[in-house]
Amino acid sequence: MDDDTLLYGAKHVIMLFVPVTLCMAVVVATISSVTFYTVKDAYLFYTPFHDEDASTGTMAWQSVANALILLCVIVVMTVVLILLYKYRCYKVISGWLLMSTLLLLSFFSYMYLGEVLRAYNVPMDYITLTLFMWNFGVVGIICIHWKGPLLLQQAYLVVISALMALVFIKYMPDWTTWVVLAMISIWDLIAVLCPMGPLRVLINIAQERDEPLFPALIYSSTMVWTVVEENKDADHVPVPGEEDGGFVAQDNSAEATNQRSQRREQVRQNASNTPDVRVVTPRSNQEDTAEDDESQREEAERGVKLGLGDFIFYSVLVGKASSYGDWNTTLACFVAILIACPFTLLLLAISRKALPALPVSIGVGLLFYFTTRQFVKPFMDACAVHQVFI
Amino acid sequence: MTMMEYVGCGFIAFGLPAALFIVTIARDPLRVLVLMASAFFWLVSLLLSSMLWFAVVPLREKLVFGVVFSVLFQELFRFFFFLLMKKAHAGLNKLLERDTSAQPDSLTLVHNRHLLAYVSGLGFGIIGGAFSMVNVLADMSGPGTIGLKGDSSLFFIVSALATLCFVLLHTFWGIIFFDGMNRDRLNQVAAVVACHMLVSCMSLLNQLDPPVYLGSMITMYIMMIVMGVWAFIIAGGQLGKIPELLPCVHNV
Repeated sequence: MDDDTLLYGAKHVIMLFVPVTLCMAVVVATISSVTFYTVKDAYLFYTPFHDEDASTGTMAWQSVANALILLCVIVVMTVVLILLYKYRCYKVISGWLLMSTLLLLSFFSYMYLGEVLRAYNVPMDYITLTLFMWNFGVVGIICIHWKGPLLLQQAYLVVISALMALVFIKYMPDWTTWVVLAMISIWDLIAVLCPMGPLRVLINIAQERDEPLFPALIYSSTMVWTVVEENKDADHVPVPGEEDGGFVAQDNSAEATNQRSQRREQVRQNASNTPDVRVVTPRSNQEDTAEDDESQREEAERGVKLGLGDFIFYSVLVGKASSYGDWNTTLACFVAILIACPFTLLLLAISRKALPALPVSIGVGLLFYFTTRQFVKPFMDACAVHQVFI
Repeated sequence: MTMMEYVGCGFIAFGLPAALFIVTIARDPLRVLVLMASAFFWLVSLLLSSMLWFAVVPLREKLVFGVVFSVLFQELFRFFFFLLMKKAHAGLNKLLERDTSAQPDSLTLVHNRHLLAYVSGLGFGIIGGAFSMVNVLADMSGPGTIGLKGDSSLFFIVSALATLCFVLLHTFWGIIFFDGMNRDRLNQVAAVVACHMLVSCMSLLNQLDPPVYLGSMITMYIMMIVMGVWAFIIAGGQLGKIPELLPCVHNV
């Protein structure tokens, strides 16, 4: 690997830290202040097994069964998405994604707002509420699907991911969540790395057609110029009608390109205004290492991107950890996930191809969750009670 | 009332560390990364010491055992982190020699090794402080209040003050320890370990009934001031230059 990625990478890692942290913060704040999201009264249609007080053995097979069902749904949805993409049914894809974004921005946001207002005992009339929801939803749809200030678009993507994560936390049985997290990371690994993995196929098709891969389906940092690329997106594919990552596709590739070039222009302008933001492409260094211009141009096209699915599942992990009321566990998961981000980016810089962003982060996150809960919590509790500082 | 206590103690414990983070760390991505990495190292050391404490069942009631080994593990991981940074430092140096247009902030991080030590020390401090304080803080917000059943009503404020003290201590220890390693002055390293051990063991006094807050806190703060002065001298600080720095603290 070349060293440049280290230095340039640092900036991009931080650019991902901020939204990931914000997303987790929203989820954790909600979980710890609004009881609605921790009370188990309803479950996803896809997780039929949920005995509250089953024995450990039953619980284990039920969680695995639930997770497998959910995984199957996700696999099927991914395949459907790829088929649609392969046969250029862009209209269908964008319609699908539009519907799911709409659902999230209207129905789930409404539900969220209602619960927050209820938790804080704030009265609000329907007129204000309708006005607010209408504006929120419409601006969101426009920003995500068409165009809008980049910051606003990023904010909406973060909000959508947080809402989605909350839905997962609320409607999945306790232990199923953990099994799902583990299985999703494994699936992610397979989908991106196997020669016939669906996501890999998707990325390849997109590269062949020289199209941006669902530009708004992924969170991208402002900086378009970088050597590292992160392409991970559609594996947590929407389950129609029920929930969805709020992914968005640009059906018209010309329009998409147009928007991208606009955005890039914007980036340039920003860069010239603020002296300390350097928009330097490390291309010159890269030129001698890259095998061919084609792949290199491809790389320059993309910034550091993180699939919304990654946002969602990171937040699910941290949110779930916080739902047990121990802040140390939450903190440990947070630090573990964040520190795994640069590690993944480092691997990315070494391997120079799209990598799944979930396995390392979720793996470390799960490891730290269980060990912290088992070992650190009693120790730190004893220390805190006796005011012993280490 | 509980809310007031919560906010007050929160700011006592984390106000200064947060200010340090915002003013000196947040602007430079490289520093943030180093901070996160050192926090992670601290986390691993805590995990190992907790596992040890948990595994040795007969001594689980005796916190002394856990505390002693936790201090040793923390200092061990400070050493590991030093080794890691030394490796990374060599690479970064090479890189910056080639590239003249790198960010000024990142440059200082590489050229001023005390800064690196400071950042990693603060990382240890912030995560350590957070771990010992967040749960107490969460309980503080209510609905209960402390001191009604004959316990010391000073519990929360003492926790907050001790947390602040530990964050600063870790920062100073970072500077002293790294400098000691860099210049082969093992007495500095030994002093850090000894001081950490002393302060942690003094805090064991808090678990007596009634707690001897005065003894532990005064030791802690005296050690903190001593270590602060020492770190100041090591980092090449000059009293006369402090006023010059004030308007532009961010140019550390």
